[in-house]
Amino acid sequence: MRSLTQMRSAAKTVWECVRTVTGDNAYDRYLQHHEQTHPGTPPLTRTEFYDESMDQKWSGINRCC
Amino acid sequence: MSLAYFPGTCDYAQPPGQRLMLEPGGLVSSIGGQMANKILGIVLAIIAALAIGGIALYRNEPINALWIIVAAVCVYTLGYRFYAAWIAAKVLSADATRATPAERLNNGRDYVPTHRWVVFGHHFAAIAGPGPLVGPTLAAQFGYLPGTLWILVGSVLGGCVQDMVILFLSTRRNGKSLGQMAREELGPFGGLSALIGTLMIMIILIAVLGLVVVNAMKHSPWATSTVAATIPIAIFIGFFLRRIRPGRVLEGTLLGVILLVASVWGGGLINESATLRGWFDHAGPPLALAVIAYGWLAAILPVWLLLAPRDYLSTFLKLGVVALLAVAIIIMHPTLKMPAITQFIDGTGPVFTGKVFPFVFITIACGAISGFHALVSSGTTPKLITNEEDCRLAGYGSMALESFVGIMAMIAATLLDPGVYFAINTGTGIVGAAAVDAVQTISSWGFPVTVDQMQDLAKEMGESTLFARTGGAPSLAVGMASIFGTSFGRGLMSVWYHFAIMFEAVFILTTVDAGTRVGRFMVQDLLGQMWKPLGNTSSWPSTLIASTLIVAGWGYFLYIGVIDPNGGINILWPLFGISNQMLACIALSVATGIIIKKGKIRYAFVTAGPLAFLATVTTVAAFQKIFSADPKLGFFAAADDLATKLAAGSLPADRIASAPQLIFNQNLDGWLTVFFTLVLWFVIADMLRVAYCRLTGRAVPASSEAPYQPTKLNGTTGAPAHA
Repeated sequence: MRSLTQMRSAAKTVWECVRTVTGDNAYDRYLQHHEQTHPGTPPLTRTEFYDESMDQKWSGINRCC
Repeated sequence: MSLAYFPGTCDYAQPPGQRLMLEPGGLVSSIGGQMANKILGIVLAIIAALAIGGIALYRNEPINALWIIVAAVCVYTLGYRFYAAWIAAKVLSADATRATPAERLNNGRDYVPTHRWVVFGHHFAAIAGPGPLVGPTLAAQFGYLPGTLWILVGSVLGGCVQDMVILFLSTRRNGKSLGQMAREELGPFGGLSALIGTLMIMIILIAVLGLVVVNAMKHSPWATSTVAATIPIAIFIGFFLRRIRPGRVLEGTLLGVILLVASVWGGGLINESATLRGWFDHAGPPLALAVIAYGWLAAILPVWLLLAPRDYLSTFLKLGVVALLAVAIIIMHPTLKMPAITQFIDGTGPVFTGKVFPFVFITIACGAISGFHALVSSGTTPKLITNEEDCRLAGYGSMALESFVGIMAMIAATLLDPGVYFAINTGTGIVGAAAVDAVQTISSWGFPVTVDQMQDLAKEMGESTLFARTGGAPSLAVGMASIFGTSFGRGLMSVWYHFAIMFEAVFILTTVDAGTRVGRFMVQDLLGQMWKPLGNTSSWPSTLIASTLIVAGWGYFLYIGVIDPNGGINILWPLFGISNQMLACIALSVATGIIIKKGKIRYAFVTAGPLAFLATVTTVAAFQKIFSADPKLGFFAAADDLATKLAAGSLPADRIASAPQLIFNQNLDGWLTVFFTLVLWFVIADMLRVAYCRLTGRAVPASSEAPYQPTKLNGTTGAPAHA
C-alpha cells in the first residue's frame, strides 16, 4: 500500500507543477503570499489579480521567434 | 530520477543541498558517483561519435532518422552534463549559497522563487517559436548534413551557452535586461545599440513570420478558414478566463484546444462547399493586409481579450505537438530521402541563394544560436530562479530542447522526396509559373518529380496545388503530416496537414501579437524621450500613433515580400538571420566583457569563441549580400538588375507595376544590412575597449552585480521563501 500512497503523492506533485507552470494556481499562490506579507489588508479579487498579472506579463519580451 | 528528490510543492524552493541524483553536486559528487559519471560520459561520447560518424560517412546509402535522433540526444546530454556544469562552476562561479533576486525581492507576482523544472517549462515556452521550424526547412536545400551538424555544434557550444550565461548574468543583476546590462557594463553606446538592434530585429522578425503565414494561407480555403477561426476562439477563451472562470487557465486552455481541433475539421467542411470556399480563397496581398490589420488591432486591444488567451492555446499546442512529433518520428523512424549534401552548397540553390558557408549559419539561427533568446533570458526568467545553479537547467537545458525541435524540423523536411521538397519551396520566379516547366527544371537538377505526383500529393493534403508554396510552412506541414499519418493513421492526411498549418499559424500569430505590442511599448518609450506625453502607454493618441508606426514598419516588409515573384522569403529570411545573429553578437559581447572584467580572461573563450565565429559568418554573409554582383545574391545588384530591365523594357507586363517598389526595397535591405554590420562591429569594438582598459589597469564601468547575501532557503531550515 505504501507504493500507492507514494504514487498518489507523486501524481499530486506533478499536477501542482503543471498548475504552476501554466499559471492556473497563480491566484492561490498570490493569496498565500499576501496572507504572509500583508495580513489584515484585503487582497485583490480574482479578476483584478488576473488583469494585473496579464498587463505585467505582456509588457515585456516573453515570446520569441 | 527518484521522486524522493522531488520537493513536495512547486512554489517552494528546493533546498540547495537537494539535487537530483543524476546531476553534479548531487550523488555524483561522491567518489563512486564521479566514477559513474565518467563511465556514463565515455559511453555517451562513444555512442555520439558512432552516430555522427555514421551520419557523416555512410553517404552512399540513405540513412535512417534514428541515427540523427541518437546523435542529437547524446550530444545534448554530454553538453549539459559536462560543458554546462563546467561553465557554471568555473566560468560563472554559480553559488548555491547566494540569495537570488527571486528570494530577496519576492513579491508574489513576477519575483517568485520557483521550482527549477517549472522555470525550465516557462523558459522553454518563452523561447520556442516558429524559428527552429522554418530555418532548418529552408536550409535542407543543402542536404541534411550541413544543417544538422550546425544545429548540434552551434547549440551546445554557442546557443545554449549564450542563453545560460545571459540568464545567469541577469539573475546576478536583479533581472536586468540585455540593454541595461550593455549600457551599465560596456557603456552608453552598447546600450543604445542593443535597444535599436532589438527594435529592428522585431520588425524584420514579425514581417518574415507574417510572410510564412500568408504563404501558407494563399489560395487555401481550408488553411485560411482554420486560421481565421482561431481569432474568435481566442476571444471566446479570453472572455471565459476573465468573466466566466477568472484565471482558471487549464480549464480555458483545454476548452480552447478542443475548439481549435474542431476548427481544423470544420475547415475541411468549408473546403468541400463550393460557396463557402469562395469566401476564404484569397491571393497573397489581401491576406497580407488582413494580417496587418489583425496585428494593429491586437496591439491596441486589452491583452486579456486576444493576446493572452491565444498565447495559452499556442503554448499548449506547441508543447503537445513537439512531444507528439518526437514520439511519431521514433515510431515511423523514416529514411531520409534528401542526399547528405546537394550540389546547391555551391550557392546556386533555388530556395535561397548563397553558398553553404556562410549561409547555413545565417539561415538556421533559432535552433543553433538565436540572439533573440538573450532578450527572454534577461526578461521574466531570471526573476524566477531560486538557486544560481538552476540557470543550467533553465538556460542550457531549454535551448538544447529547442535545438532538438530544429533537428525534428530538419528530419520532416528531408524525409520528403527531394523533388517534392524543391517543387514546394521554389518560387515561380525561378522555375516558372507553369507546373510542366517547374517539374522539368527541378528534374533536370537531378531530383525527379512529376506533375501527377504533385497533384496526387496536393489532393491527399486537401490543397489545390503545392507548387511554389514558399516560406517553409507548407513543406514542413507535408513532412509532419507524413510523420503523423504514417504513425497514427494514414486516412487523415489532409486533416494532419491542416492541423500542422494551424499549429504553425497559431504560434506565429502569437509572436506577431506579442512582438507588435512590445514594439509599441518600445516606440512609445523612444517617443516619450522626445516629447513626454507621447510616452504615456495608457494614453490613446500615443498608443494609436506608436502602434501604427510599428505595424507600418513590419507591414511594409510583409507586403513587399508577398508581391515579390521570387517568394519574398529568400530576401527576408537572410535579413532576419543577419539581424538575429547581430543580436547574438551583442549578447556574447556583453557576456565576454563581464567575464574579462571579473578577471577571468582565461575562460573568456567560452563566449568569445562563439562570438568570433558568429561575427565572422555574419560579416561574410552581410558582405556578400551587399557587394555581390549576382542579382540573386546581392541586394544592390538585384536593384540595379531590375532597374536596368525596367528601363530597357524587358520585364514581363505583370511585373512592371511592382518593379519600382521592389527596386526601392532591395536598396533598403542593402542599407539595413550595412547598418546591422556596423552596429555589430561597434559593439565588439566597445567590448574590446573595455577589455583593454581592464587588462591595462585603466578605469572600466563598475560591475552592476547585486551584492552577496546568503540565502535563507537552505536544507537545515527548509523554510519557504517568504515565511
